[in-house]
Amino acid sequence: MASNTNSTDVSKGATGTAGPLLHIRNLQLSATVYPDDAKPHTVTIVDDVSFTLARGQVLGLIGESGAGKSTIGLAAMAYGRGGVHISGGEVLLDGVDISGASRRELRKVRGRQVCYVSQSAAAGFNPAHRLIDQVVESTLLNRTATAKEARARAIALFDTLGLPNPQNIGNRYPHQVSGGQLQRVMTAMALCSEPDLIVFDEPTTALDVTTQIEVLAAIKRAIRKTGVAALYISHDLAVVAQVSDEIMVLKNGKTVEHEDTRSIIETPKETYTQDLVNVRSIEHQEKPPADTPLLKVDGITAIYPGTDVAVLSDVSIELSAGQTLAVVGESGSGKSTLARVITGLLPPAKGSLTFNGQALPPELKQRSREELRELQMIYQMADVAMNPRHTVSTIIGRPLTYYFNIRGRERKQRVAELLDAIEMGEGFADRYPAELSGGQKQRVCIARALAAKPSLIICDEVTSALDPLVADGILKLLLELQSRENVAYLFITHDLATVKAIADSIAVMHRGKRVRYGVKSDVLTPPFDDYTQLLLSSVPQMKAGWLDQAIVERGL
Amino acid sequence: MSYILTLLAKRLAISALLLLAVSALIFAGTEILPGDVAQSVLGQSATPEALANLRRDMGLDEPALSRYFGWLGGIVQGDLGTALTNGTDIADAIGKRLYNTVFLASTAAVVAVPLAISLGLLAVLYKNRWPDKLISGTTLAFISLPEFFIGYLLIYFVAVQLGWFPSVATVYDSMTFAERLNAVALPAATLTLVVLAHMMRMTRAAILNVMQSAYIETAELKGLSAFRIVAKHALPNAIAPIVNVVMLNLAYLVVGVVVVEVIFVYPGMGQYLVDHVSKRDVPVVQACGLIFATFYIGLNMIADIISIVANPRIRHPR
Repeated sequence: MASNTNSTDVSKGATGTAGPLLHIRNLQLSATVYPDDAKPHTVTIVDDVSFTLARGQVLGLIGESGAGKSTIGLAAMAYGRGGVHISGGEVLLDGVDISGASRRELRKVRGRQVCYVSQSAAAGFNPAHRLIDQVVESTLLNRTATAKEARARAIALFDTLGLPNPQNIGNRYPHQVSGGQLQRVMTAMALCSEPDLIVFDEPTTALDVTTQIEVLAAIKRAIRKTGVAALYISHDLAVVAQVSDEIMVLKNGKTVEHEDTRSIIETPKETYTQDLVNVRSIEHQEKPPADTPLLKVDGITAIYPGTDVAVLSDVSIELSAGQTLAVVGESGSGKSTLARVITGLLPPAKGSLTFNGQALPPELKQRSREELRELQMIYQMADVAMNPRHTVSTIIGRPLTYYFNIRGRERKQRVAELLDAIEMGEGFADRYPAELSGGQKQRVCIARALAAKPSLIICDEVTSALDPLVADGILKLLLELQSRENVAYLFITHDLATVKAIADSIAVMHRGKRVRYGVKSDVLTPPFDDYTQLLLSSVPQMKAGWLDQAIVERGL
Repeated sequence: MSYILTLLAKRLAISALLLLAVSALIFAGTEILPGDVAQSVLGQSATPEALANLRRDMGLDEPALSRYFGWLGGIVQGDLGTALTNGTDIADAIGKRLYNTVFLASTAAVVAVPLAISLGLLAVLYKNRWPDKLISGTTLAFISLPEFFIGYLLIYFVAVQLGWFPSVATVYDSMTFAERLNAVALPAATLTLVVLAHMMRMTRAAILNVMQSAYIETAELKGLSAFRIVAKHALPNAIAPIVNVVMLNLAYLVVGVVVVEVIFVYPGMGQYLVDHVSKRDVPVVQACGLIFATFYIGLNMIADIISIVANPRIRHPR
């Protein structure tokens, strides 16, 4: 494809410019684990993975967490996190096997031939140094450019990546730049030393959907312009499909399918790939709102103590019993603050709350136990929302004792029923949270909320930390529980696909204001206001060429 | 920039308040001791009339509060009062000794601080390998030994056996700088060995803590050398905890030298304080206490100021 003559290649001679840039052959990656109750032993994380990558090509690696995609990406730099090491096979970079290279040899590869862009640029940049110094650091150490040339190159890259004020943005410190911009600066850092290959490790996963499309467009433009080859790692197939020439689907450290992008998303052969392509296919019949709402939020304005900025201004919503209201918006839109106001954690400056026809006291400590019981919450991070020293039966049993004074055999019985309701079964009662998978943890949190027999559950980004297929299972469970227990959900999310799947009505939030509100069919039917239009059109579509089209439409 | 100035001003104000509180504590502390200065001057057999006369002469019959403010007012003007035992001016007597103590402490600090931080860096670079274990083991051994023992070991081996440095650290005014350094070599070495381990281990721990960060992985994947990663990417982010422990140890060098000064018969604050405590010379004890407190509070304040200034988030707000 795009043949790219690169100045850094000269020193390495004509080892293999005719062959592929990266050739991974029967790669096996292992790690030594040290369990509490057993002897240390070696586990294989990735087994028998092979692929080749030509210069200027982009290969997407996709799979759920634990599939080994990041581990393979880092193996292309002969790097392993937390004791992971290459235990078999070869990693041929430009014809040279780097799998057994010494530290000294690897230092010539890393930052020179292969560069890395991490998931969280906010954590990946050193807070103590200016951005430009970090961007040009490896270029200067490679001595492929003078300080002046490297700076000029960095500034040109900032410009290519569409960063505002490319001349001066490098003089800022990481904390002075937004997350989306940092992700682009990190891409510039990877490109600055003119490598042959860049490993992108979930570079847009932590970003809002409207920011994600901008960063994706910038990355794609930079790849095209420089002709660098890339490994693009993501759990989001729709994203990978926009930037990759080929896609490799991984599951449990093994290759499931490896085809060109169009074949993967249009004619997937393996069932697992088909599941990934067809994820979020839940059908939910929208219900009309009832005459009297269960929860009425009227004209809420909220200000955090010690500040004078309104995080919420004049927000009103209504939620009917047994229905789902989705609150959508990007980070900083005030959607989680709304949950804090409803739960009484942040008394509003203005406005009122009505629950079940009665005024709800604004402050948590003024609320009765009955009011607390009626209103439960499920969180994004299920593992930190549970006490790691409590067993599942203690976690689910506590609200039973606290609200209903159920103890002993009856409590045990009820816990078993609840475990049944979340499709886990009694066998999990004596397990600790650490022994559960991400999806199981979230299910236990759902059971804990259900144990109080609430009429409203606030779900704060409950599926955001989960893999798509697991998230799908959680959404199906929530819908099923809703039809059985007639519980209402206030569903806070940034993910529009989730909203489409489960909501009855939708409130779109932007900068603390409710910009669009109504039943789902109305909200998702044009004409749209500008922000909703932007939000909806930013969600990556599972089809080839969607990003190119969006770039043209928006002039990104 | 104004944000950082406000922070610094606040920190200064806190130090001033703290110092005032300490002065009140010192005064109150000496006040609640049984017996008073008049009693200790005249002894057990003094008649009540003689005691009353002396108290009136020394102003001891006035209320405690007015005596406290009189004392404080004098200190602010540089008047620390007069010693009871020999009637000399305390400020004069302390001046020279304070200089000696600070000289000894600075000599020890100039060696100990760079050495401790370098050893800490070295220990991180060779983490869990033999250089790390050797450094940790030796420094721990020295912190575990009482300082008088280290002092006598040095006197026996370095002064008596090898004869490199004098065992008694006598200093006088006409000495040159080099002669002075030679004289304080052994007490300074003792102090260095005592404070080394704490600073070195804190440096090691602080840097290792930073080494867990994602940006260290970024640096590693940029192909940087181990030394550059530790020195350029880890150390700047570990400054705050390191500076804090360094300042704590510097304060100890000034305040905690009593034993070492006595061993090496060094004419510093420590000896002066010990002499006058045994003689119950309350004004001298108060003055020494206040000076020590000033050093402690001042050095810790400097540590906080450096931590504030070293934080890019505060230095360059959004």
